[in-house]
Amino acid sequence: MSTTTTRTTPPEGFIMPDFGDRGRTPAPQGNGATAAATATQGTGAAAYSGPRKMAFICSKGNLDMAYPALIMGNAALGEGVEVHIFFTFWGLDIINTKTYDNLKFTLSGNTAMHMPDLGRLRPGLEHVSMPQAMGNLPGMTGFATRMMKKQMEEMEIPSIPDFLDLLQASGAHMYACRLTYDMMKMIEADLHPGVEGVISAGDFIDIAEGAQVVFV
Amino acid sequence: MPTNTLNGRTFEVDTEGFLTRREDWSEDLATDLAALIDLELSEDHLATLRFMREDSATTGVTPTLRRMQTVGGFDIKTLFALYPGKPAKKMAWLSGLPKPVGCV
Repeated sequence: MSTTTTRTTPPEGFIMPDFGDRGRTPAPQGNGATAAATATQGTGAAAYSGPRKMAFICSKGNLDMAYPALIMGNAALGEGVEVHIFFTFWGLDIINTKTYDNLKFTLSGNTAMHMPDLGRLRPGLEHVSMPQAMGNLPGMTGFATRMMKKQMEEMEIPSIPDFLDLLQASGAHMYACRLTYDMMKMIEADLHPGVEGVISAGDFIDIAEGAQVVFV
Repeated sequence: MPTNTLNGRTFEVDTEGFLTRREDWSEDLATDLAALIDLELSEDHLATLRFMREDSATTGVTPTLRRMQTVGGFDIKTLFALYPGKPAKKMAWLSGLPKPVGCV
């Protein structure tokens, strides 16, 4: 847009944040160093010398397991990092428009389940885990899900559909896993429009070259 | 606190270079700072910076990109185009606000 070539140099001793632009700004034509850097690209991870990349693998479809990668991916984009997210197994529910607004949070199997609000009944109760059997009571998952969504909203964290829109607008690259997509009998019409394609694990490994990979 | 001097103006900054005193900021200063990161401020840029200042004046914190979208009505894609790389950090710096701390 309005990038000009009239960059001024900061005065001596001027303190300013590192916006990571030095590596990004294209060097003038005929710069030997840049040409050499480009030439070494694509010759294996050790030779990767491009901008910082992060790749996330989302394999879970619980509400509380959907957020970590989305939040970290969004933060990475804000820091100018290239972001790729690969949705596989139950993680496909995060990008399936038929399910993504209906992800759930359950007490079952979560031993860290304690509620801050209980501290008001009796001090210390906020740190006590709930009995596992409570998670199996009818309606408990729906209750816990509503509660978590409410808490997220209070923190101004967007819902999953809104979050995907945000990531798409911020330039995240999102993919569905071919194998599990076929296994779950998903159809392309159900994918969030930000998903660039249904790709194989091998494709993803290629894309993730030089990236820091985070598995969720 | 260290100070920066740019084109005759001296202002206090934190260790990373973000302004520490709101009142030191002016649109002229923003224009001069922008030149250091290869940006020429357009009316679109200034609209974002003005919103940043107005919003932070009431909330006390630097707005996040998400807030720029939901409250300010700015398009996220446009913000990335206006401030390539690290939009939230660049906007905070240019509008004389602390580095943003929100996660989303």
